[in-house]
Amino acid sequence: MKILVCISRTADTTAKIAFSNNNTKFDETGVQFIMNPYDEWYALVRAMELKEKMGATVHLILVGDQQSEPIIRKGLAYGADDAVRIDSGSADPYFIASQIAGYSQLEHFDLILTGKETIDFNGSAIGGMVAGFLGIPFISLATWFELNGTQVIVRREIEGGTETCRVELPIVISCQKGVAEMRTPSIRGITSARLKPLLVIAPREAPEFTEVVRFELPAAKSGVKLVSADHPEELVRLLHEEARVI
Amino acid sequence: MSILVYIDSQEGKIKKSTLEAASYGSALAGQLGTVAIALILGPVVQEDIRILGKCGVTRILHDPTDKLDRFDSGVISSVIQETSRREKADILVFSHNFHGKALAPLVAAGLQGGIVTGVIALPETGTGFIVKKNVFSGKAFAFVRIKSAIKTLTLLPNAYPISETGGDIAVQIFDSGITETDFRVKVTATEIEKGEIPLAEAEIIVSGGRGLKGPENWGIVQDLAEALGAATACSRPVADSGWRPHHEHVGQTGLTVRPNLYIAIGISGAIQHLAGVNGSKLIVVINKDPEAPFFKAADYGIVGDAFQVVPQLTAAIKKLKG
Repeated sequence: MKILVCISRTADTTAKIAFSNNNTKFDETGVQFIMNPYDEWYALVRAMELKEKMGATVHLILVGDQQSEPIIRKGLAYGADDAVRIDSGSADPYFIASQIAGYSQLEHFDLILTGKETIDFNGSAIGGMVAGFLGIPFISLATWFELNGTQVIVRREIEGGTETCRVELPIVISCQKGVAEMRTPSIRGITSARLKPLLVIAPREAPEFTEVVRFELPAAKSGVKLVSADHPEELVRLLHEEARVI
Repeated sequence: MSILVYIDSQEGKIKKSTLEAASYGSALAGQLGTVAIALILGPVVQEDIRILGKCGVTRILHDPTDKLDRFDSGVISSVIQETSRREKADILVFSHNFHGKALAPLVAAGLQGGIVTGVIALPETGTGFIVKKNVFSGKAFAFVRIKSAIKTLTLLPNAYPISETGGDIAVQIFDSGITETDFRVKVTATEIEKGEIPLAEAEIIVSGGRGLKGPENWGIVQDLAEALGAATACSRPVADSGWRPHHEHVGQTGLTVRPNLYIAIGISGAIQHLAGVNGSKLIVVINKDPEAPFFKAADYGIVGDAFQVVPQLTAAIKKLKG
């Protein structure tokens, strides 16, 4: 069983969001970068659980520049066996998914895991596109899954509930809350991560179909309008007459 | 050239979020001087097809085969791709709902085109094609140019109004030729909470946090929600403590919602919670702590004891609604 986990580098949840170069670039000044939490807490940790339970090997892939190497080392510290970094700063989903699919075609993974989306671009497109390029099934927004021989039993979120399905490997699954128990890398994991193989390869030829032209911050809230706790009916009046939402 | 909108349904009902997508696709067709085609796969009720016509689409294609009701993203996306080639569609529109998130990337990969997800407004089409999307969990917007001939978009729910100005449209029934062997994903069980308003589609959400002290106190949240016709939600600690089911959890690790009105009761407003709700059009915060960070993100607020304030609010709303 070979598992590929797709990880990415994102700005920390609490990072101040600002833009430079005439609002065309995310301002990284003072921003801490982390492994995208959905990739880390769900996809990667679930892969580690499967490695421990059934002796799977876990491989990491990241499409990004050299700045993302600390993120990859953290992934290795969790216990992944090796990692590959495709050396590109592209942010286009088609390009990134082409890289991951191209690498997967050579390595024949049984299971490819992604987080449900990144917390910066909120794209959620990579997993499905990789499945599309490879011609294998894609299950999005999994909240639980188990392997049973060559079959995967997976539960996913749908409007107002959940759906359980059965699929044959190989498959791509995008993971969210529920698929794995929380954990952090061990000290031994962190020490051994430095010695694990991290292969850097050049990207293959693929089109980039999208580009960010500019960013914009939402208009600042005009400030909260407080209503006295003695007159909650005044809030109802405001919601009805001023805001017109009820 | 045409615009193809995928119409998503659940138990025979067309989802509100895809009526928004149909309205968006129709407006975009008007903007570009082309036609919008709605594609329905699986059985849906007639009344909903009539409502879909009102969204302004030019044509409706419908394969009512029962088995298309089972969601295998591979099967559905292959029918969408075939239809798209047949109709020479160059723009595909999905809702950014659960099914849209699964289908749109498969379709974009198959049709070899660019994709932008979570779009919130009609594109700028003066020079090229530039769409506005939410980034950083609603804390900023990005304007993204799509350069490919075929473009796939997913529209964020509750970002675009449903149009009701269209007329009656004849439905073209077709057979996509899907057979049982095409299905690689076997759906073995579906569990939908009956009688609840799905959070992702709710226009008003009443949400409770740790300030409510325990699951036995949720009555005041539910009463307020009922009076407003709202869905109920909760913060992460509440779901993690098992006070409320996990599917009610909104926030960064839970569901992202963007209702017209979000009422937060006894929720302090940690940045992870805000990430899931700051797309809401209007936020009301009720908290006894005047320093709760949520007030900074709120439009209206009451500093006070939820156990006193909320029942009075419910009474005032019932009075308003007669």
